[in-house]
Amino acid sequence: MASLLLNVNGDQLEVTAPDHWTLLEVLRYRLGLTGSKQGCDKGDCGACTVQIDGEPQLACLALATLCEGRAITTIEGLMPAHLRAGGKGPDPLQDAFDRCGALQCGFCQPGMLLSAKALLERSPDPSRDEIRHALAGNLCRCTGYTQIFQAVELAAAEAQGRAPTPPAWHPDGNPWMPACSKAPAKGESR
Amino acid sequence: MLRLPKTRVAKPTTVAQAVALLVEHGEVAMPIAGGTDLLPNMKHGLFEPEVLVALGGIKELQRFELQTDGTLILGAGVSLDRIAADERVQRTAPALAQAAGLVAGPQLRRMGTLGGNVMLDTRCQWYNQTHFWRQALGYCLKKDGTVCHVVAGGKKCVAAASNDTAPTLMTLQATLVFEGRSGRREVAIDDLWHTDGIHNKKLGTDEILVEVRVPPRATGHRGAYGKLRERGSIDYPMLGVAARLDVGRDGAVEGADLVLVALQARPVRVRRAAELLIGVPSSGDNFAEAVAAVAEAAYAQAHPMPNIPGDHEWRREMVPVYVARTLHAAATGTGPVHHV
Repeated sequence: MASLLLNVNGDQLEVTAPDHWTLLEVLRYRLGLTGSKQGCDKGDCGACTVQIDGEPQLACLALATLCEGRAITTIEGLMPAHLRAGGKGPDPLQDAFDRCGALQCGFCQPGMLLSAKALLERSPDPSRDEIRHALAGNLCRCTGYTQIFQAVELAAAEAQGRAPTPPAWHPDGNPWMPACSKAPAKGESR
Repeated sequence: MLRLPKTRVAKPTTVAQAVALLVEHGEVAMPIAGGTDLLPNMKHGLFEPEVLVALGGIKELQRFELQTDGTLILGAGVSLDRIAADERVQRTAPALAQAAGLVAGPQLRRMGTLGGNVMLDTRCQWYNQTHFWRQALGYCLKKDGTVCHVVAGGKKCVAAASNDTAPTLMTLQATLVFEGRSGRREVAIDDLWHTDGIHNKKLGTDEILVEVRVPPRATGHRGAYGKLRERGSIDYPMLGVAARLDVGRDGAVEGADLVLVALQARPVRVRRAAELLIGVPSSGDNFAEAVAAVAEAAYAQAHPMPNIPGDHEWRREMVPVYVARTLHAAATGTGPVHHV
């Protein structure tokens, strides 16, 4: 049993864990951060994706003891970081996932968001191909990915201050509900 | 949930310290770099080291240089993601950049290292399974058992070399630098391999891969990598094809090399096939004819076994297809050859 000093979502946390515990196990079973999901537990599914020093990596294949001194961001850290930066409500990317219905069961979503968030940070206006490649390590059994790609495109477009390109199938232009951080107009449902 | 077996982690900061730890603990120690292959294998009960010697904190393993004479020096600890994205590697050793960019998925390429991919354990569908699964089967030759499930009555393990970068490094005639208790030694990557699926590398337990050296390429160097896999986003190769063409000033092929992976325990060079290209113009009908002949010769030499996922007869039929596409990609400076 070793004492570890981990930087999780901006907090310095001291936890004890044996050397053979993965970062995912420490996050879920020591720190109670169950947003990072335990799926295949062997690097296939991407449900455990967290950011380590800003890069999406797999918490199920990272030994916690080797993560000391590195900045770890989990899904629980996205909204607080957005609020600390002066934003309102959830992170705009989370909001876009919500508005696009980019999930069904939601199991892949924390990992998807952390992969997509890192993509938008290095490439603020990514092409559909870039999005596909950036999310290639995050498997989704429900959505067929289309709405996930649209959510990333929506968040990117809004961050650039332009209207998102509506999907070709939609007859009335922008099908998305307004952003969470904006007050709904009278009579508008959310 | 898959738990890791109990182990201790040592964190050396120099190669010398890491070697000393491996010497001190002997057989019960293993080096760990990215951990993307070792940790799933440990979770499956395939390895149970008492001590893991973590190489991630060693700066010497992060060397990344293109020297003025064209020699490319890549530390074993450089991530596959960095190699794939590096303009110098893309420009001067395209097959390597393409192969590194096709290993697994994005998260795994950020964690996994070049050294780890070169040193990857061989894979087999009867071996890369949980302990429960393997126990129910009665184990296999490679681990805990005496029966081969690939070759009836087989006494030699035929688990497949599955490292994408290794065949490209063979076409590039790379040298591997190892450090162990008796100091450093350089090994041509061609000489690293055994044909034994249990241990397919000639290596001491105290040795660490420090760096990969790619010698200067010919002026008209061209290369490409082709990868057949189940899902375009993540899987190990069902077939990997590395091609090198050295094109002379007159446009004719002066040198050629072709190495296949995921067929047997070591990457396989199909030298005689590649030699059919020598002297042939690198474009046009003559080239296409020569490529077709090379593809047929590679087909004759390749005999995939039912050792990894994917019907082995179909994998064999894909050999000429991927050989031809990869050679054309090399000649035209495109690639990788890959389905999405």
